[in-house]
Amino acid sequence: MLRAIGVPSVEDLFANIPEHLRGTLPIPDALSEMETLQLVQALAAENLNLAGRPAFLGAGAYRHYIPAAVPAITGRSEFYTAYTPYQPELSQGTLQVIYEYQSMIAELTGLDVANASLYDAATGVTEACTIAINATGRSTIATVGGLNPQYARVLRTYLHQEGFNLLEIPEEWVLDPEQVAAALDESVAGLVVQSPNLFGSIEPMADLAAAAHDAGALFIAVSNPLSLAILAPPGDVGADVAVGCGQPFGIPLQYGGPYLGIIAARAGLARQLPGRICGATVDGEGRRGYVLTLQAREQHIRREKATSNICTNHQLMALAATVYLSLLGKQGLPELATLCAQKAHYAARRIAAIPGFALASDAPFVNEFTVRTPVPAAEVNRYLLRREIIGGFDLGRVDPALQNYLVLAFTELNTRQQIDDLVSTLESLQPEVAVEALQSAGGVA
Amino acid sequence: MTEPLIFELGAPGRKGYTLPAPDVPAEPLEEMIPARYLRRTPANLPEVSEPDVIRHFTHLSQMNYSIDSGFYPLGSCTMKYNPKVNEVAASLPGFRDIHPLQPESTVQGALRLMYELQELLGAIAGMDAFTLQPAAGAHGELTGLFIIQAYLRSKGEHRDEVIAPNSSHGTNPASAAMARAKLVTVGTDARGRVDIEELRRLVSDRTAALMLTNPNTLGLFEEDVEEMARIVHEAGGLMYYDGANLNAIMGKARPGDMGFDVVHLNLHKTFTTPHGGGGPGAGPVGVKEFLRPFLPVPIVERADAGYILQEDLPQTIGKVRSFYGNFAMLVRAYTYIREMGRQGLTQVSEDAVLAANYLRARLQDLYEAPFPGPNMHEVVLSARRQKAQGARALDIAKRLMDYGFHAPTIYFPLTVEEALMIEPTETENKGTLDAFIEAMRAIAGEAAENPEIVRGAPHDAPVSRLDEARAARQPDLRWRPAEEASA
Repeated sequence: MLRAIGVPSVEDLFANIPEHLRGTLPIPDALSEMETLQLVQALAAENLNLAGRPAFLGAGAYRHYIPAAVPAITGRSEFYTAYTPYQPELSQGTLQVIYEYQSMIAELTGLDVANASLYDAATGVTEACTIAINATGRSTIATVGGLNPQYARVLRTYLHQEGFNLLEIPEEWVLDPEQVAAALDESVAGLVVQSPNLFGSIEPMADLAAAAHDAGALFIAVSNPLSLAILAPPGDVGADVAVGCGQPFGIPLQYGGPYLGIIAARAGLARQLPGRICGATVDGEGRRGYVLTLQAREQHIRREKATSNICTNHQLMALAATVYLSLLGKQGLPELATLCAQKAHYAARRIAAIPGFALASDAPFVNEFTVRTPVPAAEVNRYLLRREIIGGFDLGRVDPALQNYLVLAFTELNTRQQIDDLVSTLESLQPEVAVEALQSAGGVA
Repeated sequence: MTEPLIFELGAPGRKGYTLPAPDVPAEPLEEMIPARYLRRTPANLPEVSEPDVIRHFTHLSQMNYSIDSGFYPLGSCTMKYNPKVNEVAASLPGFRDIHPLQPESTVQGALRLMYELQELLGAIAGMDAFTLQPAAGAHGELTGLFIIQAYLRSKGEHRDEVIAPNSSHGTNPASAAMARAKLVTVGTDARGRVDIEELRRLVSDRTAALMLTNPNTLGLFEEDVEEMARIVHEAGGLMYYDGANLNAIMGKARPGDMGFDVVHLNLHKTFTTPHGGGGPGAGPVGVKEFLRPFLPVPIVERADAGYILQEDLPQTIGKVRSFYGNFAMLVRAYTYIREMGRQGLTQVSEDAVLAANYLRARLQDLYEAPFPGPNMHEVVLSARRQKAQGARALDIAKRLMDYGFHAPTIYFPLTVEEALMIEPTETENKGTLDAFIEAMRAIAGEAAENPEIVRGAPHDAPVSRLDEARAARQPDLRWRPAEEASA
């Protein structure tokens, strides 16, 4: 090869790099595959994996059973080692998956058009807000206290860095549409509301959408998409844009990512959507085929005039969701959502009956709810962890005033036995015991 | 070969999944949730069995070309082989089944892996601190620009211009626009490098940053990068490194030593996390010490009692995505870097550069090479001669499919007419490269003698050329149930 190139050594090919820039690579030596895997296995073994354990953490990431057929498909290397489908003739598999995914998301959200995926729900919220800002020519985004703090914090970063304003409307467990309406004015481009919200409560979405529209703003609905199997979908309650995290659809917890950013919009906003969109067309012989389309929105065509800078998205996670939604299907998905709700409602009744504990509100919920705890939620969690139960989400991490509130999530993986054990453990918790646990736990929180 | 839509398969009532019987009281939905909040009609999802699902998606997978099935020389995309051990590592239950909000004491292995990856990437790129949060290269660019803007604001400066070469990736200008900066484009000189005299004229007290890829998108090393850094720094701006092309220089040179202040790396390019048909990727961002206070939170630090998620960074730009990044991709990249080690990564760059130059040497008599070599990891050729004969770059790309190869990147960079951008990567052996060269040479012959066969390609793909104009003009973006579709 060197002879064909006409240089004596590989080193000569690097001659354009100035000598004084040439350096070393101060990293460890190479390892065999076996040694590498052993090293990585040792790191994995240091983590408490939740498989088979009682765990009640949700707050944006949910532990669901993943049918074996999902990894059987996502593990096919024809899917996972392909690039973005820029050459449609060699990418019909991925492209048809995107088309089917877009169709399923449109069905679930009750909206007209979905894109091929985004990184996560947090950046999905920011993209939805960009749509609202561009569509209205206004520069303030209104959001509410019930928005998942992961999403709220990312939104805050983007709006601040991009020079837009954020109006944060406080919320106690569930929104009062009249109060929200009073807080909106004609500077507001979009109102972002999550339902079920951080606390688990179902929000009065139709009234909130009306409030946003009365102010001339877009309504952006954020949801756990599994809940849309049983709750009125964003399109039916008047949302202009729907955003969600598709992780519950066959994607492992994997310490926070990769997950799946879902975004869908009404037809009039299709050309404002970020990222890739697949469309059906025909080939030279009139056969149905699929291509990436409406690309005049995208960075590789429009550069600085693109609707977003997104390039690589989360296609493999969209594939997982597409397979999952196909398996569960029209009947299975509502049945699953209902089962999770039944577990949560059973748990809520039992926990509310424990002296010192109470539900934070009587707002309706699906599979997640907030309880008031007799001692700080952080102490409750530590007490549970000592008994090998992973507790809930401590709201004190969001707002110190809420340190006595715990958000608990339930899925089909939580058996009645686990829930009963949780209840009996909470019953055994006395304030003094918790303090003792706190003192002896020490060290890393 | 076409495959029906999943919605067109199956039958009413068919399911691909069984649920456990409720072990708690099976309360009716309407008793748990007020009717006004409930969905009135179910979403029209498929009604199929597990075998239906497996066959359908297996058929679809067979309509894809992938790196596991063959050579995929997409320029600027670094389509190298993805070692299977990465997949085993990422699916270990200790990584797969951990919740992002678990107590830190229960995820020490995950945090240690992230901490060590931050350190490894720092050593590879020559940077002092890394955030692993960004989910992709473009996300890293935006994060980097936010960091630069926050730093400049902290010094009381309001600089609103970002300079990028006309050969830059489309994400650079798009990220600049999202960061509400004005894009200033600098041209390319006769040697395919940034026009440094023009750069000198363009910098001012409005310059926030120069975004540069090195080697650039023509596959050429910007030898004057230090002079560019001096020009930009003297004007008060910062240097941003787009790491899409890092595969060319590992063990040879580091962006941190070239004068860059901020870099992003594409773990899905250089560090073998699979592309997934369009993601997920990961785009960690590294900075020099003076920018560390502005990194997104949390970053992973080592404390006395173990590894922690540090949220307390007073000047942080805030979070840029939920949780801590695409953790499972971080596991794959960490596995790759540890296995390859110092020697392996240096060899990667040497072999990638050797392969690109070999392709160039064996093709430049038939396809114009607009700029002098040697090249780094990729080569951009022009099909101008073939276009005059009646076969454009697009036709050549499609014709390659008939020879069993994926097409190279075409019509990019925009500065080269009829561009064919070829990146072979280090994981292809000489036999594969020779077969590709023979195909390219045969197509050049066809273009001269029988351009119709090139223009009509592909002849053997699952579909022939698709009507993209129709797709854009009459958007059909989703399936609709029969009753709606006919309404």
